[in-house]
Amino acid sequence: MSDDMDDVVREFLGESRENLDQIDVDLVALEQSPDDGSIIARIFRAIHTIKGTCGFLGFTRLEGVSHAGENVLSALRDEEIAPTPVMTTVLLAMVDVIREMLVRIEATGDEGAGDYTVLIQQLTELYRGGAPQVGPTGTPGVEMVVGPPHDAIVMVSPTSPPVIVAPPAPSIVAAPAPPAPPPGSPPTIDASAGPAHAEVAQVETSIRVDVALLDKLMNLVGELVLARNQIVQFTGANGDATFIGATQQLNLITTELQEGVMKTRMQPIGNIWQKFPRVVRDLARACDKRVELVMEGESTELDKTLIEAIKDPLTHLVRNAVDHGIETPERRAASGKPPVGRLLLRAFHEGGQVNVEVIDDGGGLDAERIRDKALERGIISPDQASRMGERELFRLVFLPGFSTAAKVTNVSGRGVGMDVVRTNIERIGGTIDLHGKRGVGTTIKIKIPLTLAIIPALVVASGDNRYAIPQASLVELVHLEGDRARDGVELLYGVPVYRLRGKLLTLVYLADALQDTAPSASDADDVSIVVLQADDRQFGLVVQAVHDTEEIVVKPLGKHLKGTPVFAGATIMGDGRVALILDILGLAKHTRVLAEGHERGRIDTAAAVVGAADDRQTLLVFATPDDGRMAIPLSRVARLEEFPRGVVERVGRELLVQYRGEIMPVVDLNEMLVERRVAPRANHTAAASPLIQVVVFSHHGAHVGLIVDQILDIVENSLANPRPAGRPGVLGTVVISGRVTELLDVEAVLHRAQPATAWNEPLQLAASNEESAHGA
Amino acid sequence: MALDGQFCTFFVRGLFLGLEVTCIQEVIRYQPLTVVPLTSPVIAGLMNLRGQIVTAIDLRHRLGLAPRDPGVRPINVVVRASDGPVSLLVDEIGDVIEVEEAAFERPPDTLGPEARGLIRGAYKLKGRLLLVLDAARTLDSDTEN
Repeated sequence: MSDDMDDVVREFLGESRENLDQIDVDLVALEQSPDDGSIIARIFRAIHTIKGTCGFLGFTRLEGVSHAGENVLSALRDEEIAPTPVMTTVLLAMVDVIREMLVRIEATGDEGAGDYTVLIQQLTELYRGGAPQVGPTGTPGVEMVVGPPHDAIVMVSPTSPPVIVAPPAPSIVAAPAPPAPPPGSPPTIDASAGPAHAEVAQVETSIRVDVALLDKLMNLVGELVLARNQIVQFTGANGDATFIGATQQLNLITTELQEGVMKTRMQPIGNIWQKFPRVVRDLARACDKRVELVMEGESTELDKTLIEAIKDPLTHLVRNAVDHGIETPERRAASGKPPVGRLLLRAFHEGGQVNVEVIDDGGGLDAERIRDKALERGIISPDQASRMGERELFRLVFLPGFSTAAKVTNVSGRGVGMDVVRTNIERIGGTIDLHGKRGVGTTIKIKIPLTLAIIPALVVASGDNRYAIPQASLVELVHLEGDRARDGVELLYGVPVYRLRGKLLTLVYLADALQDTAPSASDADDVSIVVLQADDRQFGLVVQAVHDTEEIVVKPLGKHLKGTPVFAGATIMGDGRVALILDILGLAKHTRVLAEGHERGRIDTAAAVVGAADDRQTLLVFATPDDGRMAIPLSRVARLEEFPRGVVERVGRELLVQYRGEIMPVVDLNEMLVERRVAPRANHTAAASPLIQVVVFSHHGAHVGLIVDQILDIVENSLANPRPAGRPGVLGTVVISGRVTELLDVEAVLHRAQPATAWNEPLQLAASNEESAHGA
Repeated sequence: MALDGQFCTFFVRGLFLGLEVTCIQEVIRYQPLTVVPLTSPVIAGLMNLRGQIVTAIDLRHRLGLAPRDPGVRPINVVVRASDGPVSLLVDEIGDVIEVEEAAFERPPDTLGPEARGLIRGAYKLKGRLLLVLDAARTLDSDTEN
């Protein structure tokens, strides 16, 4: 048993225990209000989850019990049978049996060899509408003392020694000797040694903290920050040396505390993805399929509550994709696809939201089959069906009790699933959308608001108000001064445009878009253009002033402002004022830069992305000294800057620039590269220019600059199959926009900038990168 | 319909209004507001209430009354709502007063369209009328006009 497996099992145990506690409560509540469908649905889902998971983990007995229970609940949900007190008793007994097995699994790693046929029989009888004999006197086989839900329940069965289970604290007394552990399993705890040992397994380095407490801490820290700001201002006016010192200390500690508290709530989405490789592998095996799982953006951070909330829905989607989406190798081969199916999980921040996508290249959705199924189940009328478009039909999948699976499998196909997924996503204010094409694949997009997520954002001003623009949408900043400010913006039949490296960029004036009373920026002396990416389109947002980039805490808007299309949320700035966060997609749609129907056109490309997504990258292209072209991944670039030539100072062999309050080492591309030709550079005019263009990298908290001749463009291009590099400092050569372009080795630049520091790690990385590029 | 108990009272353009004390979170002086463009004029803006972002609703606008003079700073009556606190901007704050059920009367049918639905009724106090607001409807800006 690998560590991986341990994690999966441990997670399953913790999760199931919570589920069981909830079922206890719900079953009792169900007795009070037997007609409450939502309670039945909740119990059903909980049991369904337990059954599904133990199916993967190979706990067949546990699966058998929960499967029988699920049948009863399924019938209950569909109102085929009515709840009775006897039923509640039997279901509670089932919960206790499951709990007992969980305790055993935790202690020994094995579910034990208990015989639960009597319980399963009782459940089956209930399922068929019968009323099994249960009570203190007992049916042969099982004797139950049923009391309030948290009392100890004694179960006696003829085939196994008596086991006492006392929820919620697990304690085992006189369990049968555990079977021999499988090789490689963690040290087995002798269950008969007593409860103390069983609890040892639960001790971990982390503790569970109520999220409400974290919320409270967060708010308190927010107040502290404001108080700090006031004190800092006050200190500025009354300069007593000791007081200033104490204030600075307070300042630092507050900042650190704020960061710490924020961090407690953030988790990379990779935490919940970790278990998917195994889930996919096991499931693919069980279905005789071959599936390759690709994950992108594992480090995308999300608020803890959101992570929790999307865990189950994502698991469902992944299971669905493997079970229903991807076809068997034979069928794939028959339709001309590679035998191994591809399942892509992708997460990224966009427009102030976290996007999570589950993309498979399987059989896709069959609109006709969905229609037939919906008709068959009476979900829609034939009249409605004839009027529904493909998209509307797809959305039917999210209705309760809907499943297109031809048969009910062990894994999915009971009609639970998509409705649960949607309920859970919508509960946290998210949206889920489903695209697909028959035979090509299915793309499921989940958008979650960034409740409390922290994102880097650019703060811009319009009139008296400040707005935050999520950095994820930001492409570059263009600042026009003097003549360029007057002539740079041209009108194309009334639409303002700007020529950005020869291409027309549509401009939107923020003040106009927001109908702000601020004076229109068009008659200002200088023009600040924020180039933004909305979907696949770029546009320029003209703002009054550009402030700095800041890490902001995103807070949702109250219900009164939910309908506002151009704001994704709000944040509190350093001075305690509230600033609105722009929703770039919403803004683009609002200003009609993006057509409303635009998303339709993307359905097909989304599926096509499956094949291409892995090797396409956004690249920054610039000119090299010898009139060649070079590119670096834009993701490595922190900022693009323009400095007067004079600010570069030479200290010893190093070039340094004073930059944003620090001393930044810079590397001149001309000096760094070994040129292939020594001929004078006729084309090289940059030397005469008073300004130099610098690409700034952020590395281990410090900045490193790279002086380039000219920044040419930002393009998206495939990096597949590069030609080996011709000189050091270059990773390889590819063709971009019809020109042979060298890929600059960023690590080599960083290494050159500060060779003496302890950057051994990136150094090695650079070496291996170079090797792989040469090998390719 | 009648309500017994304590009311938090305030003034909006001469009207003497009240809300049950139990639904009031706090009363605070004027806070700087961040204007939200492209939204209903009833929304005065957003404010920072100890790290929490709270929407402020201008009660004058909500009740269809003339706007406040620019120099006059309103007061925030922060009301607990189902999804977090919402602030109502009022002109002036009054006392918390206790009322008797017997003094309650439903509003006349001739009430203006803006106030209809928002004012649940009036308590006949000595010398003046205390108009009781319906908190839920007052906070629901969608029903406006």
